[in-house]
Order: sequence, then structure tokens, then C-alpha cells
Amino acid sequence: MEREDIRKELKVSAIENGTVIDHIPSKNVFQVIKILNLSEYQDQVLIGNNLDSRKMGKKGIVKVSNKFFKSDEINKIALVAPSATLIIIRNFEVVEKKNVEVPDYAENIVKCFNPNCITNNEEIVTKFTVIDKKELKLRCHYCEKITARNNIAFR
Amino acid sequence: MKNRSLISINDFTRAEHIRILELAGAFENNPRQRILQDYVVATLFFEPSTRTRLSFESAATRLGAKVIGFTDSSSSSVQKGESLRDTILTVSNYCDIIVMRHPREGSARFASEVAKVPVINAGDGANQHPTQTLLDMYSIRKTQGSLDNLNIAFVGDLKYGRTVHSLVQALCHYNTTFHFVSPLELKLPSAVKIDIKQRNLVYHQSTDLLEVIPKVDILYMTRIQKERFSDPLDYEKVKNAYILNNQMLDAAKPNLKILHPLPRVNEITTDVDGNPKAYYFTQALNGVFVRQALLASILGVVD
Repeated sequence: MEREDIRKELKVSAIENGTVIDHIPSKNVFQVIKILNLSEYQDQVLIGNNLDSRKMGKKGIVKVSNKFFKSDEINKIALVAPSATLIIIRNFEVVEKKNVEVPDYAENIVKCFNPNCITNNEEIVTKFTVIDKKELKLRCHYCEKITARNNIAFR
Repeated sequence: MKNRSLISINDFTRAEHIRILELAGAFENNPRQRILQDYVVATLFFEPSTRTRLSFESAATRLGAKVIGFTDSSSSSVQKGESLRDTILTVSNYCDIIVMRHPREGSARFASEVAKVPVINAGDGANQHPTQTLLDMYSIRKTQGSLDNLNIAFVGDLKYGRTVHSLVQALCHYNTTFHFVSPLELKLPSAVKIDIKQRNLVYHQSTDLLEVIPKVDILYMTRIQKERFSDPLDYEKVKNAYILNNQMLDAAKPNLKILHPLPRVNEITTDVDGNPKAYYFTQALNGVFVRQALLASILGVVD
């Protein structure tokens, strides 16, 4: 590891076992925490944001001790952080690295961009079908309008 | 179709659409049957729509059903701040089926998930109005003998016209050749063209109504609504460009029929009304038969 990388890595302490979610766009770090419901998590959660990144300029990182996410659980974050990488740590060692994948459905994560959609006017769990994973296009289960990457917002 | 809600035209398959159209034909031959005397139909109109409501109430009444409901939200508990969820949960205790019109998109789908009885969407904002689509399909099938392989022109406001979007979606199952005639500002949205492209169907876009008339079997006219334009000047520029008069029909095919979801303002001059090609008022009558077919099959009285 290069010296610069080590210095950066140490800004957020290492965890012994668990999952590191790296390369989160800085503006969406807290969205990722919300989606994964980490505010309720009882074990250690280390959060770093606005860290320097050669790839992204600024990035966020979240380290969750003793937590190994199921793929449908973690894929939800692909909607807010498609660039995120997952690093599985055991005994301080990296045992696996993978990218997140955009899921087929999104429930209660995304806000429908149509202001006249019933979900923006009553207390309703939003549901979307992802109709284009590459361009990130989601069809609202209720109003049937398409929310695309450039107008996506989160609940 | 027993106990199923009808929210979006795509909720029913092509075979189910045809079944409804056939049933509607049977009701046209025998529109007064007291087969729904034991049933209560609730018509919940959160925004006014005289035509659709009267058509549903006529359909229900001619089959002997009792109709309850309200005609706009100011005369209901919505005025007191009740949520849609609560209104639907409450009303579904009082009826066997709900027909609803609501200004918000997606409201009907939500209501169908909350209600204990089936829901028929009579228009949810700018989204869907499937019973209009079915009566349009019925009118096309009846006048042309079949829904397959027709040339169909859509004229006017193709951008915001909900009836146009749903009918285009539905006709994609019948190898239709589409002709879209509109001012550039009101072109068909690309999201609606996705279905056409997926099925490799042919479509033409034009701003010239006269050029399209001789090519088509159905001329589906729509109203260009002033409230769709943010700049009233833009409206003034296009408002008279797509007005159909009798003389323009000289070059039309003999089988051409003119459809319009109504209300008409001035986009079809009244001299067309006497032309045998004018079909829009019969189209409105067909709506009663289609709604009878839907009520009867969803309530499980006919198969």
C-alpha cells in the first residue's frame, strides 16, 4: 500500500470484523446510513466523510463492525451510491471486495419526482420497479411516471 | 375478472380486453337487465367529472344496482381533512365495488390496495382512465370490424392527453400503424413511444392534419386545453390549427370514423356532426355498455 493510502485509511480506524462500504459520494453518506438503518445498530459504526479520494475527489466511508449484509439489503444503497465498493473484513484482513448492484425494486427509499403523485400527498410507502439499471430509471408503482437519475431524490 | 380491480389498462391482458368488449356487445343488445339488484356501487368523485360519473351511474342503474357516492370532494369528509386511506376503508364497508375519480396520480392504485372491495379507476390525475380506453377500443372494433392492422391518427394535445397515452399503449397489441398529428409543443412524450418501438410498430409524426386524413381508418380528435400552456400566447398560436370541418373529410376513406373523448369545444365544427363518419356521440353511448360489462364481470355476475 502506498504511503498516501495508508494515511487516508487511518483517518477512520480499522475494524476487526465486519463490512466497509467505501467510495460513497460524500453528499449521500448519511442517506446510506439511513437506508441501512445503522442508527439503530448496536455495535460499532465508524463514519468518515469528505475524505480525499483519487477516484472521486471527495468520498465517504462507513465501517460496520460484525455486520455482513445480505445482498438484497446492501444493493439498496446502489441507488444512492452506485460507485460504492464493499469490503468484507475478517481479523483485520480484507477477505472479499465487490461492487454494489442496482436492485430490481426499491421500496421506501426513493421519492417519486412527480409532485402530483399520491405518494407525495399521503403517508404511503413508495414502490418502484427499476426499468433501466444502467441509466437508472425507476417506474413508480402508483403514478406510473418514470423517475430518472437526474431527478432522483430520497425519502 | 371477478373481484379484480381495474386501475391501469395494462392490468388486463389482451384476451381479457377482448372478453370485456364482447360482453359489452351483449349489453348493447340487451342493456336493461336487473342482474345487479343485490349490489351497491359507490361512485367516489374527488373531482367533478359529469360525463364519466353519469355513464357509470347509468350503467349501474340499468343493471338494477343501487348507486351511492359523492360528486366532488367539497361535499365529502375530505373537506374535513380525512386521508384517502380512511375514506376508502370506510366506504368499502358500504358497497360491493368502488368507482373512483381523483386528481392525484396513483390514487386509484393506492385505493385498490387499501379497499376491501374491487376498485375501478375512473381517472387518476393525468395517469390512467382505463374505462375510457376500453370504450375507445369498443368503438374502433365495432366500426372497423376488428382492432387489428388499422391506421389510426391521434390529433391535438398528444403530450398531456391521458386518453391518448392509454389508447396508444393498448393498441400496441394490435399491430396498429400510428399517425400522430400535433403542434410541436404538444408532441407525444417519448415514454409513450417506448411501447411502440418495443413492438417495432410503424408511427408517423406530422403537424398537418389534412395530409393525414386520407390515410387513416380512425381519426381520434382531442381538445387542446388552454391550461396546458404556461404562456397564453403559445396557446393562441396553435389553438385553431387542428380544427376539423366537414370539407376536410372529402378525401377520407369510406370506412373512416371520427372519435373524440368529449367534451368538444371547437376542434370539430358542428357541420361534421351530421356526417356519417362522425361517431363521437355513439362512442359516449358505448361507454355505458363497456361499464356494464366491467361492473358485471368484476362483481362476478357474468364470466
